[in-house]
Amino acid sequence: MQKVYTKIDSIVGNVITVRAEGVRNQDLAEITTSQGKGYANVIKLEGDKVSLQVFQGGQGVSTGDSVRFLGVPMRVSFTDDLLGRVFDGAGKPRDNGPELTENMIEIGGPSVNPARRLVPNKMIRTGIPMIDVFNTLVESQKLPIFSVSGEPYNELLARIAMQSDVDIIVLGGMGLKYDDYLFFRSSLEKSGAMSRTIMFIHTASDPTVECTLVPDLALAVAERFALGGKRVLVLLTDMTNFCDAEKEMAITMDQVPSNRGYPGDLYSTLASRYEKAVDFEGAGSVTILGVTTMPGDDVTHPVPDNTGYITEGQYYLRNGRIEPFGSLSRLKQNVNKDTRSDHRALMDAMIKLYAAYKDSLEKRSMGFLMSDWDEKLLKYGALFEEKLMDLSVNIPLEKALDEGWVILAECFEPNETGLRTDLIETYWPKEL
Amino acid sequence: MSASKGHVTGVNGNMVNVAFDGQVIKNEVGYIQVGETRLKSEIIRITDGVASLQVYEMTGGIKVGDSVEFTGELLSVELGPGLLTQVFDGLQNPLPELAEKCGFFLERGVYIDPLPDKEWDFTPTMKAGDTVRSGDSFGTVPEGLFTHRIMVPFTLQGEWKIKSIADKGMHRSHETVCVITNDRGEEKNLSMIITQPVKVAIGGYEERVLPDEPMVTRIRVIDTFLPVAKGGTYCTPGPFGAGKTVLQHLTSKNADVDIVIIAACGERAGEVVEILKEFPELTDPRTGRSLMERTIIICNTSSMPVAAREASVYTAVTMAEYYRNMGLDVLLLADSTSRWAQAMREMSGRLEEIPGDEAFPAYLESRIAGFYERAGKVRLRDGSYGSVTIGGSVSPAGGNFEEPVTQATLKVVGAFHGLSRERSDARKYPAIDSLDSWSKYRGIIDKDKVETAFSFVRRGNEVNSMMKVVGEEGTSINDYIVYQKGEFVDAVYLQQNSFDPVDSMVTVERQKLSFSVLYDILLSDFVFTDKKDVRSFFNELRQRFLDWNSTADGDEKFEERKNAVISFYQGRRK
Repeated sequence: MQKVYTKIDSIVGNVITVRAEGVRNQDLAEITTSQGKGYANVIKLEGDKVSLQVFQGGQGVSTGDSVRFLGVPMRVSFTDDLLGRVFDGAGKPRDNGPELTENMIEIGGPSVNPARRLVPNKMIRTGIPMIDVFNTLVESQKLPIFSVSGEPYNELLARIAMQSDVDIIVLGGMGLKYDDYLFFRSSLEKSGAMSRTIMFIHTASDPTVECTLVPDLALAVAERFALGGKRVLVLLTDMTNFCDAEKEMAITMDQVPSNRGYPGDLYSTLASRYEKAVDFEGAGSVTILGVTTMPGDDVTHPVPDNTGYITEGQYYLRNGRIEPFGSLSRLKQNVNKDTRSDHRALMDAMIKLYAAYKDSLEKRSMGFLMSDWDEKLLKYGALFEEKLMDLSVNIPLEKALDEGWVILAECFEPNETGLRTDLIETYWPKEL
Repeated sequence: MSASKGHVTGVNGNMVNVAFDGQVIKNEVGYIQVGETRLKSEIIRITDGVASLQVYEMTGGIKVGDSVEFTGELLSVELGPGLLTQVFDGLQNPLPELAEKCGFFLERGVYIDPLPDKEWDFTPTMKAGDTVRSGDSFGTVPEGLFTHRIMVPFTLQGEWKIKSIADKGMHRSHETVCVITNDRGEEKNLSMIITQPVKVAIGGYEERVLPDEPMVTRIRVIDTFLPVAKGGTYCTPGPFGAGKTVLQHLTSKNADVDIVIIAACGERAGEVVEILKEFPELTDPRTGRSLMERTIIICNTSSMPVAAREASVYTAVTMAEYYRNMGLDVLLLADSTSRWAQAMREMSGRLEEIPGDEAFPAYLESRIAGFYERAGKVRLRDGSYGSVTIGGSVSPAGGNFEEPVTQATLKVVGAFHGLSRERSDARKYPAIDSLDSWSKYRGIIDKDKVETAFSFVRRGNEVNSMMKVVGEEGTSINDYIVYQKGEFVDAVYLQQNSFDPVDSMVTVERQKLSFSVLYDILLSDFVFTDKKDVRSFFNELRQRFLDWNSTADGDEKFEERKNAVISFYQGRRK
C-alpha cells in the first residue's frame, strides 16, 4: 500500500487530516513538504478521514503536500551500531552518521506480565555517596529527580552516566537547551562513556511532537538490550517538558483538560513509560532515572504529583545537593542489608546527626549561644557536606562508608553517635 | 440469540466506532478482528446506528473496515471452584498461564480459560425432582479450606426442577453435573462453573442485614478507634508515600475474614510482585495454611490497558459476592479507586461527554456509590450469614482530599481512614490521621470509653497548637498534662512498630488489655511539681509501655513488664 495522497483537508496545530482508505491506527506516514520529507503518525480514524500528527509540526505544510502511508507503525532500528550515536526525536541521526534502517523494532510495545517480574535485589553503584550510601539505586527501579530550574540536574545525570556500573546508558533528552545537549555530549565523550551510550535528543527548538516520542524510542531500545542480557540505565530529562508537550498536543486535539490544563490520562501516559523499568529473569534489566522539574518548587503540581504515585521514591536536588531529607529510595532495603554490616546503621546514625546539625544551624542563625555539642554538630555538618554531599565526590560505596566513620571520629566520641558497640569496635578509626 | 456482526468505522484512542447489522446490546462484548488477533471490547454507547466500543487492549493497527463479531453477552467472569490462589488480570485472564504461553510480555488478544478443567469431588445436596431458583446450591466440592457451594446461575429467571443430578464422586468442572427444566419445557445443563456479568450485582440471598460485627485488622487505631465492620465499607485516602499500600498489604495478611481479594488497580506492578512472592511463603495465623490459599489477586497495573482497569474492580467484587453466597466473610481491597475513576475519565473524554469537576464524568459519584454498595452482610436462604467488606484506597491529586473522587467516596463509605503526609514524614506508622478520620461502625471496645480516650488526643492537639503561639511557659500545668496525655495515647496506642513482630499485629484480647491500662492512666490524677516533672514522668511511662507493647503474651517477661507500667503510674497517683 504505497498510494500517495495529495489533498490535505485540514491543518490544525500539528494535526493534519487526509481522506484515505485502508489506513491502520498508529501507522506511520511520510509527508513531503516544501521543506523536505518528514514523518507523521495516525492518531485518529473516522470513516475515510485520517488524522495524523506531523512530527515536524504543522507550520509550512500546504494542503497540496503529499502524504504516503508506510503501512507500519513508528519504529526504531535496534543494532549494536546504535552505541555511541545521537538521534533526534524522530529517530533520525543528529551526529552526521549514517541513518540506521536494519532490524526495525516497534516502539511503545506491550507491558511486562507482572507474573514474570522479579523482586529487585541488585544494587547499581554510581560512585555518588548520597545515592550509594543513603538512598541506594536498585536495578529495575524507577526514580525521578525532583528539582527546580537552575539546579545542576543535568550535571548530576551526566555524572551518573559516566560513573555508574551498568552496561549501557540510554539518554533521552526532552526540551533540552542546545547548550545542555552539547554539555552531555562533550562530557560523555571526554570520559570515554560515549561508546556505551545512545542518545535520543529533542532540543527546545525542535518540533513538539518529537518531544513526546523520545521516551518511547529510548525505552524500546533499552528494553531490547535488556532482553539481550545487558544492564541498561535510561536517563530521561526533563519529564516535565514531556508532559508539557503532551498537554500541548491534547489541547490542540480539543481534549478536555483535567488539572491545570494537563490531559486526564497523564497518569497512564507516565506510568506506561516508567513501568518499562524491569528486571528480566535470566536476562538484563532496565532502570529509569528521570528528571522532573517542579514548576514553582511545588510538589503538588500535576507532573511531580503523578510521578510520585508511579515511581519508587524520589531524589530531591536542592542547592546543588541531593537532600537527605525527603529523598527516598523505596527499594534500598532490598539491597543495603547485603553490602556491608555497617551500611544501614551508619546511614541512620549519620542522617540523625545531620538533622541535629540542621537544628543547631537554625539555633545559631537565631542568635542562641552554641554549646559544646552544637559546635561538634556544626563541625560535623560542614565535613559531611564537603566530603560526602558534594556532587563532585566520586568514591565507591566502601570508601564512602569509611569516610563516614572518619568524619564521625573527627567530630564525636563513639558513644555520642548512637551506633551499636560491635560496629564501633569493628569500624571506628583507630587513629586519625 | 444470534450474535450480530459489524465493521469498524472509526478509531480514537482506545475507543472504536462500529457500524453493525442486526441488533446489539449496550455493554455487550465484541471482538475486533485485527489480522490474526481478536481484541476484546465492550459496547459503551450506541448512537445513530453506530456502536462505540471501549477496547480492552492497545488499539494500534486497527483499520476502518476491520470486522467485528458481537457475542450477545455482557462482560462476564467465570465463577466456580479453582478461583482461589489465582492471579488474574482485570478481565480474568490468568497471568501465570499467560506468561507460560507468551513469555515476558502481555501479548494482546490472547485469552486463556480462567478456570482449568480440573476434577473436583462433587457431593450433591439436592435430588432429582427438587425445585431450585437462581442462587440455590445443589451440591458442594471441597476447595482448599472451604466447602465450595455449587450454585444455580444467578441470572436464571423463575422456578426450575432438577431433572437429573450427578452422583457423588470426581467430576470435571466443565462437565454437566445437573440438568434442570422449567414448566415451559426448557432444559438447561449446569456445570460447576457459572458465567456472571460483572456489572450486575449477585443476588440469591434472603435479605441484607446491618453490618454489626467488627472486622479485626490487628491495627490498634483501626480496631479500637476507627473500626470497620464485616460487610461494611471504608476508604484510605492519602498522598503518595503515606503508606496506603503497606496498610492494605498488612490488612490483607491479618484481617479475620475467610477470603481476601486484592484488586491492584492501576498501581505499580512491583507492589503486586511483592505479594506474589511473599504470600505463598506466609502462613495464615488462623488456619496455619499458606496465605495464598485464601487469596485471589486481580492485577491490572498502571501500564496495562486502561479499559481493563475499569473492568477490574467489577471483576473483583463479583468474585467477592460469589464467595459471600457460600456463607463466607470476604474482604475486597481495591488499590486504588482513583485510578479506576481516572479510567472512567479517559473514556468519558473519548466519548466527548460534558465533563464535571476536574474533567471527571458527571456519573462519577453514582458509579462510586454503586461499587461500594455491593458490599454488605447478607442472610442466605439456609440461614447462614456472609459478607463482603470493601476497603478502597484513594490517591488524591496533590494529597488534597477536596478532590472529586475522595469526596464522592466519603459520601458512601462507613469509615474513613485519612493518611497524612506529616505523620508519614515523621515516620509515624500507621499514618492515619485520627483527628480527621471517622467511623460509623461499632468497635471492639465500649464506645464511651473510646470517646473519652480520644478526647485527650483532640484536646492535647488543641493545647499543642496553642503552645506553638504562647510557648510552654504560657501554658498552664493542667493543660500541659492534657497535652502529654494526648501525646502518650499517640505514642503507645495509635502508633505501632511495623518492624516488631509482636507490636505490628495486636490481637483483640491484647488491645482490650492495653486499652484498659491506658484508660486508667488517662483518668488518673498524678502528683507533679512542675512541667519538667510531667515531661520526665510521661517519658519514662512511655518507655515502659512500649517495652510492654513489644513483649509477646506468652513471654516470661510479660507480667514483669506489665507491672513495670502499672506500678510506675499507680505510685504517682494522687
